[in-house]
Amino acid sequence: MILEVKGIRKSFGALEVLKGVDLQVDQGDVVAILGPSGSGKTTLLRCVNFLEYAQAGRLVFDGQPYDLSKITKKEIGALRRKTAFVFQNYNLFLNKTALQNVTEGLIVARKTPKAQAVEIGQKALAKVGLSDRADYFPSQLSGGQQQRVAIARALATGPEIIFFDEPTSALDPELTGEVLSVMRDLAEEGMTMLVVTHEMGFARNVSNKVVFMEDGVVVEAAPSKEFFESPRSRRTRDFLQLIQQE
Amino acid sequence: MSGHVWEVVADSFMKILLPGLTITIPLTVIAFSIAMAIAVAMAMVQFAGVPVLKQLARFYIWVFRGTPLLVQLFVVFYGLPNVGILIDPFPAAVLVFSLNEGAYCAEIVRAALEAVPAGQLEAGYCVGMSYLQTMRRIVLPQAMRTAFPSLSNSLIAMVKDTSLASNITVAEMFMATQRIVARTYEALPLYIEVGLIYLLFSTVLTKLQQVGERKLGAYTAKEGR
Ligand SMILES: Nc1ncnc2c1ncn2[C@@H]1O[C@H](COP(=O)(O)OP(=O)(O)OP(=O)(O)O)[C@@H](O)[C@H]1O
Ligand SMILES: [Mg+2]
Repeated sequence: MILEVKGIRKSFGALEVLKGVDLQVDQGDVVAILGPSGSGKTTLLRCVNFLEYAQAGRLVFDGQPYDLSKITKKEIGALRRKTAFVFQNYNLFLNKTALQNVTEGLIVARKTPKAQAVEIGQKALAKVGLSDRADYFPSQLSGGQQQRVAIARALATGPEIIFFDEPTSALDPELTGEVLSVMRDLAEEGMTMLVVTHEMGFARNVSNKVVFMEDGVVVEAAPSKEFFESPRSRRTRDFLQLIQQE
Repeated sequence: MSGHVWEVVADSFMKILLPGLTITIPLTVIAFSIAMAIAVAMAMVQFAGVPVLKQLARFYIWVFRGTPLLVQLFVVFYGLPNVGILIDPFPAAVLVFSLNEGAYCAEIVRAALEAVPAGQLEAGYCVGMSYLQTMRRIVLPQAMRTAFPSLSNSLIAMVKDTSLASNITVAEMFMATQRIVARTYEALPLYIEVGLIYLLFSTVLTKLQQVGERKLGAYTAKEGR
């Protein structure tokens, strides 16, 4: 098991958003997190990468346990070095070119020599099919291209797991395909991914596990075939029915 | 106007321009550079919410934005000697202009920092960069790009304000002009003349601003390549 989360709790003021969430991710897993809007999916990912601080919970990464309520800066730094995050709205560094976006974390955070970082960066851009856009700034790229650069940026640092928060939700329908196909390639290469998504096709065909959340709790976690073909919980069935109607 | 007037104007041109080049411009450049360092520091302290320092920054900005520049010059140059602190005119002017300009620019930089999307900082964390690394390489450069036009305006305003330094005996352009007027009584042409020289300085700065904006703006340009 590469990542295990136990009993994670998070409130914003009086609003309890995560009410004790458990989650397990094995090496090579592609886990899709599904659930209605406001169920706490984004908050869960953000807590696992410390963009928000959970009030309680335990996290085991690579067999190393951490207490989320008293995590230290140093531990956060060490954990972030092994993970990467792809945001819904890309969050590319606006003052950097595509290539610089990809190499920044290597050169600045990991002190990789520049020539080596550029080589890694070019490979990562090639992987997402954007070698010819290396010198473009984000403002000169389409949404789909920006998100692919963001995926290249995530790949460049060699993470053990990549978190995706609705990577295609901000995209026009005709652009989601190019991003999903890059993610499918990564899945086939065995990249471990935790993906919040509304793309049922991706959850069904690419991910091997599905976690269904509602109101800050995990309602059902199952292998994706099982999840879609024989859901155990009634709330899951209701959700799937609602999705099919759309 | 008689030929005599033109003669006075022509004769005094170098006598006014020279202190412009040796006093007004150095005063502006030195004070503005110090002001920028102060501004970035004060803005960062507030943006990061550093306790105590943040309150000190607010207090400093409150005082220097809320009192007249001329009063600040007088307090430092004519007032401080009462408590045994004597500062020469030029350094006194540098001190006051730096602090005054720093307070205004701090607000400009702070607003620009706050305009940078929060996701930029988060993306920095997620690729392993620290707060300071992300601020220095990602957030601050973007904020400075946003702030650049306002900072340029502030600089242009300051060039003109340096004329106030004549009140604390700094022999800059305006004082040089006053001296020639006292001797020749040709107030109108000479004050217009010095005004035109200030206009020349401002125009050069405006041109530099345009060049700077174009250079800094590369990443916001929409046109493909
Ligand atoms: N920073 C915040 N401050 C206060 N409330 C927040 C904050 N972030 C999220 N929330 C609240 O927490 C709840 C869960 O939000 P979250 O973004 O995790 O949902 P989600 O499952 O990702 O929804 P969606 O599918 O719409 O993205 C929502 O009610 C939201 O309003
Ligand atoms: Mg969300």
